[in-house]
Parts: sequence; C-alpha cells; structure tokens
Amino acid sequence: MEVKDVICPFCGCLCDDLKLTVEEERIIKTGKACSIGNSLFLNHNTDLASPGVNGSPVSLEKAIDQAVTILTGAQHPLIYGLSSASCEAQRKAIELAEILGGSIDSTSSVCHGPTVLGYQAVGEVTCTLGEIKNLSDLVIYWGCNPAESHQRHQARYSASARGLFTAQGRKDRTVVVVDVRRTRTARTADIFLQVRPNGDLECLQALRAIVKEEKLEVEEIAGVPVKALASLAERMKKAKFGALLFGMGLTMTSGRHLNVGAALSLVSELNDFTKFIIMPMRGHFNVTGADAVLTWITGYPFAVNFSRGYPQYGPGEFSAVDLLARREVDAALVIASDPVAHFPRQAARFLEEIPTIVMDPKYSKTTEIARVTIPTAQVGIGAEGTAYRMDGVPLRLKKVLKPLYPSDEEVLGRIIEGARRKP
Amino acid sequence: MIQIKNGEVYDPINGIDGRELDIWLDEGKIVAAGEAPAGVTSAEIIDARGAVVMPGGVDIHAHIAGSKVNYGRKLRPEDHRRDVVPRTEVTRAGVGYTVPSTFVTGYRYAGMGYTTVMEAAVPPLGARHSHEELNDTPIIDKACFILMGNNHFVLKFIEQGQQDKVTAFVSWLLGATRGYAVKIVNPGGKDCWQWGKNVGGLDRKIRDFEVTPRQILESLVRANKELGLPHSIHVHCNNLGVPGNYETTLKTMEALEDFPLHITHAQFNSYGGPGWTNFYSEAPKIAEYVNAHSQVTADVGQVVFGDVTTMTADGPWQYRLHKLTGKKWVDSDVELEAGAGIVPYTFRKHNPVNAIQWAIGLELLLLIEDPWRIFLTTDHPNAGPFIFYPHIIKLLMDRDFREQIFSGCPKKAHKRTTLDGLRREYSLYEIAIITRAGTARALGLKNKGHLGGRRCGYRHLR
Repeated sequence: MEVKDVICPFCGCLCDDLKLTVEEERIIKTGKACSIGNSLFLNHNTDLASPGVNGSPVSLEKAIDQAVTILTGAQHPLIYGLSSASCEAQRKAIELAEILGGSIDSTSSVCHGPTVLGYQAVGEVTCTLGEIKNLSDLVIYWGCNPAESHQRHQARYSASARGLFTAQGRKDRTVVVVDVRRTRTARTADIFLQVRPNGDLECLQALRAIVKEEKLEVEEIAGVPVKALASLAERMKKAKFGALLFGMGLTMTSGRHLNVGAALSLVSELNDFTKFIIMPMRGHFNVTGADAVLTWITGYPFAVNFSRGYPQYGPGEFSAVDLLARREVDAALVIASDPVAHFPRQAARFLEEIPTIVMDPKYSKTTEIARVTIPTAQVGIGAEGTAYRMDGVPLRLKKVLKPLYPSDEEVLGRIIEGARRKP
Repeated sequence: MIQIKNGEVYDPINGIDGRELDIWLDEGKIVAAGEAPAGVTSAEIIDARGAVVMPGGVDIHAHIAGSKVNYGRKLRPEDHRRDVVPRTEVTRAGVGYTVPSTFVTGYRYAGMGYTTVMEAAVPPLGARHSHEELNDTPIIDKACFILMGNNHFVLKFIEQGQQDKVTAFVSWLLGATRGYAVKIVNPGGKDCWQWGKNVGGLDRKIRDFEVTPRQILESLVRANKELGLPHSIHVHCNNLGVPGNYETTLKTMEALEDFPLHITHAQFNSYGGPGWTNFYSEAPKIAEYVNAHSQVTADVGQVVFGDVTTMTADGPWQYRLHKLTGKKWVDSDVELEAGAGIVPYTFRKHNPVNAIQWAIGLELLLLIEDPWRIFLTTDHPNAGPFIFYPHIIKLLMDRDFREQIFSGCPKKAHKRTTLDGLRREYSLYEIAIITRAGTARALGLKNKGHLGGRRCGYRHLR
C-alpha cells in the first residue's frame, strides 16, 4: 500500500510531501525523504521499547501504575522532553505538571532557549517559510548547517527553492554562510565568512555598527576582515528581501542570548532600509509546538514551575539541566527525549539517582537508567497528532501503521486519571 | 432546571427594559422567560434580587487566540508576572493581564458575563493554531474572522476581473478554515509590506497586482453579499493610527455605501491633523456619517489608560509604532495572505496624544446616536485589556465619573476634542445593546444576545 503526503516527524522542516510504501504493517520504502527521514521511517520497528519496572518486564498497566505512584509521591517532580511529541500530548503533560505542582521543561532549554530570551528582550522580524521561498534574494546561514541537519530546507524553503518571485531558484539568490568552519553548507555558498569560535557577538555588533554607518578603527573582527563585513552589510541593505537563518552556533556558544539578541536587533534595524527577516532553525520536529502550547497554557515557553499553584518562569532556575545539576527534583518523567545521552554528566547522573520514568517508542540511553519504561506510539507513524513547523505553521501528522502501544496523549491521560485518584 | 428569580431583566431584542422577570434554564440553555415552561413543577432557585439580569455578552472584536496572540504572550513575561492565577479545584492555573493565557481568558470573560467572543484576525495558514487555542479557552463560545484583504488568490482574481472566482474562493476559504466572517485589514497593505512598503491610499495601485485597495473592498463586499454571510465584511481601514486618517475612513465608508459594512476599532481611524503635534479628534465627522447611514455598524476600540500589547495584521502600522516608541517589536508575515505585528505600549493619561485618543473613543460612543450600530470593544489587547469593560461602562453611564477622569487630562485634550460638551449618559438598556443585543444582531447570531426562550441560548457556533 502506498501512503501519500506523509509528514516526516524528524526535524523542524516537517516536510509534508513524503511517500511511504507499507506492507504488513511495515514501512518498506520511502519517497522524497532525506537520508535522516528515510532512516527514521525504515527503522521504525527496530530497538522498540517494552514496558518495564526496575529492569523487569511488566504489563503496560503496571508500568503506568508505577509511574503514578512515583509522580504522586514526589515533592518536586520534573517533566522533561516534549519536542518529539504531539501538541495533544504536550497539553496533557502540562496539565499533569500543574496537578503535581512540579516543573516542566522542553528541549528548548538546551537548544534555542537563548533564542527565546533574545526574543523576549528585542522582539523578532520573521515570517513563514513560504515568504523566504517566494521572495528572498539573499539568504544568510549563521551558525547552522542545513545541508546536514535540515537536509531539504535549502531545496524546499530557502537557498535553492523556486517560488513566485524566485523562478530560477538558486540563481536568483546570493547565499552567505557565517560559521567557525567550512561546513557542507558553506561549500556551496557564494560567500563564506569564517569567524573565530565564540566571536559571533563581536561580528554581529560590528555589522550593526556598519549598518548604522559608524566607522570601525580595526582591520579585523573575530577573524573576519572588516572589509568583508562592510561588503556584507552593504549587500544586506541592498537586498530586496533578506533572510538570516541561525542555529546553535549562536545559541550554545559564548554570549548565547546576547548573540541572538544582537542578530535579532541587526535584522530589526535592517528593516529601516529594506525587508529583512530572521528565523531560528529549530531542530526537533515539534519543539516549536512545545514552545507554543506551553505559552498559550502557562504564558511562558519553557522552564515553568507550578509549585505555587500558578506558573512561574525561570530559565536557569526551572530548566531541566539546572534542576538536575542542583539536585532539586526527586522524580522525573521524560517524554520522547534522551537526556542521558545529551545532558552534561552531572545532570544526567542525577537522573539515575532519582526515580526516572521514560515514555518513548524506542530504547535509549535514558531508558537504560530508567526505573519505569512506558513504550508509546511514535506520532506521525503509529499515532495522529498536530505539530508546528519551525515557522509556527501547524500541520496534522498521519497515522500510517497500527501501533503496538497507545499514544503519548493516551498514556498521559491515564497517568492524569491515576494522579487525580490519589489523595 | 434552574430558575433565576427576582432579577431586573434587560433584554433589548425582546424589548424588556428593566422588568422583574423569571428566567428558566435547562441543561445550560435558556428555555423560558416570564412564565414557567409547561410541565415544570420544581427548579433550583437562584435569587437575583438587587441584581441585573442580561443575556450573555457578545464581543464582536478581540484578539484572544492564534499565532499572533501567542507571539505576544511569549514576548511579555514581564506582563504575566504581576498577574498570576493559581489553580483551583475546578479551574486551571495561568496568567493574566494584557495577553492572558487561554484558560484565564475564558474564565475572565465568563466572570464579566460574556458568553461569546469573536477572534478578529486569523490568517488561513494559522487557522489550526487559532482553533487549538480556542479549544483550550473554556466556557465561552468562539468564532474566527478570516483575513482575506491581502490574499494572493483574492488579489489575482480581482486583477483578472473574475468576481465569481473571488466569491467561490471566499466560500471555500471560510469552509476550509472553519471561519465565521470575512476580515479585511489594511487592504493591499501586506502585499506592499512583504517588500517593506505600505499602500498609498484607497486608489493607489498595490505592488504586485494591478489592483487598488478600493477594488479589494468592493470585490469582497460583493462576495460577502452573494454568499449571504451572517456578518457584513469586517474592515480595519487603511492608514490606521495615522493623524489625518479620518478622510480614508470616510472614503472607505463612501466607497461601500450600498452594502452593509462594519468598521472596526473606529477610534484608531478618526484622527485629524497632519501630524502628532497638531493631532486632534475628527470623531464628530465619523459619527455624523454613521448617524446618516444605517447600513454601517462600528465598534469603538476604546483606549484604557495603562499597559497594552498592540497586535494587528497591519504590519506597516506596527513598524511605525516601534519606530515611534523604541519598544520591542515582533513582525511576522504569513506567505501569500497576511501578516502580524506586535509592540507593547502604555497609554498615559498625561500624554496629550493618548488623552485625545481616549476622548475620541468616548466621543464616538456618545455621538453615534443609535446604540444598535456602535459597540463596546477595546480591540483587546490593543487599546486596553478586555477586563476593563466594566470601567468603560461606568464612563458611559456616569458623566461625573467621566468628567472627573477627563479633568486630569492635559488641556490640549479638552481643546482638540468635543468631549467636554457631551452630556449623554447611557442607560442599562443601552449598555445591554452595545455589549450583547447589538453585537449579536450585527454578527447575525440569532441564538445570542437575548433571553427569548427555546430558540435562544448558548448553543455552540457551527
């Protein structure tokens, strides 16, 4: 059987034009997917997790009961992950955090959390991806490498996308890459500026100064000749529609939210001369949804705590890594994420000390240390659900196979029911 | 069955002006007023002695859900921190103030006696987002106005002179997005703003199409009529917030003279003067036009002194406000159809321009004679948060209160508006019209805005 217009639940591109060939409840072939998407779909049935408590196999009901006991018995539980779950599951996770009086955080806090802080200080001039496709004649990738991380981004939405006023695609655009090394994306760019590691803030502020026609009295800034920056600034001002797309090269290097704040300010200021937009290259396929759902229910996009009964916002205070490293939580529920593989060692180790519950379709480093493992259906393969593309456009993910286990949404619903019954 | 007894009932659609009447409810719906419904022998009684009973309020224009609202929420942690809402046994936690969380939005509207709110600016591509937030907005009924005044398909069909296709497309778009009404914001403006420009006025061609804002309005108003939609087109005029813009507003109304028309947040479009230094009110001219043309309705967009978060689909205006104030600025364009801008702002009583804006809203409410055609809004959260409706009602009903506040405003505000000479005070009956009966009628909501027994009530919008 062939399934058309499938949406890929991997990265923030949410490519919505995939074809899958399904036989006997297995995906055997993909069409149009990038290498990552292809691998995700073809390996959908490998390394599958099964229900477990303290390393022993149990029934799903038993695992859920144990999760309820742990969470309701905790003083300050942490719910973490969310970015690879559907918006429906995210809504339930927030309700659970509220009932438990715990903290809730998404992978944003170790990814584009600083982007949120920059945004809250400066604002942002942005757009949907179709605007970049249809209108842009200048695309700048700063601290990101879509050729490897968002493989179809350039063809579908940016550098080589053909649109209304960009019929020739790549030929109609100038592509610039700013990065600390010559990445695969940089190799196909028209201009590559190699910035010294941790030198992005200086470069961005220098560009802002040049845009405002200030004179710089140095030859070079963070490894980049001032002449090259001046020519880039001129190019930005003269563009008809410019786009600056940035990644963790800005958010997770020295300066963090200050880097992003400078980039956001630069783009705002360029709008005095022309149309210019900026967009973070969000990673997980529904991390944008996690930000959005948390914001509409609590007012804040990540690092939220409910211990006073109302939502409090505290990046650095209620963000997962900080809570764990300071040993401030006494239980954790990890939803569709693998923090043990990605967190700093101190934080990851603490997850091993406290009772940790993992909801995930697959085994991971985190299921290895978890007290309770609850397998769920992967949204976009075994379950339907909404996800938000990196530009905030909501799309409905399909269920293409009959799942072995219920969806995250359903499991969270059952945990909530259990938690309500406890005194 | 619930019986509300001894209350003073105001139900303008049924001509009831402050009579003591009993109201019966069954399963969340009003089933009878006056006499007990046949066969009813017992009911749970709510004693409303000393209280006023009105139909549920119907807000004809607010921004409560969707991508733009959520950008505003995310932008302003400082706004939420001073207004926290803890969880209770029956309600969810959240935050309030200018851009409340979805649950708090529902609770606070319901607490004010409102049962229906129109989300006034939904871009088709983001409609699913708006609906998802509305699903998390409890108690009140909701519907969406769909942005169409800059949609490339609409513009293309107008350029090709294919009115039938415009009409068919409007119909399809409302169905596909589960929308309620046709919203037009700064017609043609976004098409220019995607290149960082704005439209020049009603008769200047926009950038990418051989089309003028006047043609966009004329075509969509025809489509609206041909489809027999319950609400008229809902128009945010060109040149919003710009001194001297009253001329554009008058021209817009004149251009559409043969059709029903709703002008939204008219306060922002009743400005005189070539610039901010000689800024003055042209509210009397707008009111005069509305008074003479019974096909026009308007909502006011009343300014409330204090903090607001301005958010509109009018990108160029938000940029202008950002440059004017230096405050943080979000701009987000939606491909081929719409866009949004957001800038936090504070309306200050001692600022002459702000005081004049405040007075202009009240002038419109007091000078437009027919309460069935001017409605109470704050264009939430643009001119003020919706939680200030009771405060505005007091300004309208109590001249002393109004004068007391106005006396604290700068002299310029007294000289450049006619508010000092306006002695009108609203009655509760008129308040019931500008907050529920009139808005329900303008929206074509037959089951809303009155207490008329079986046929009415709180049925969900389809």
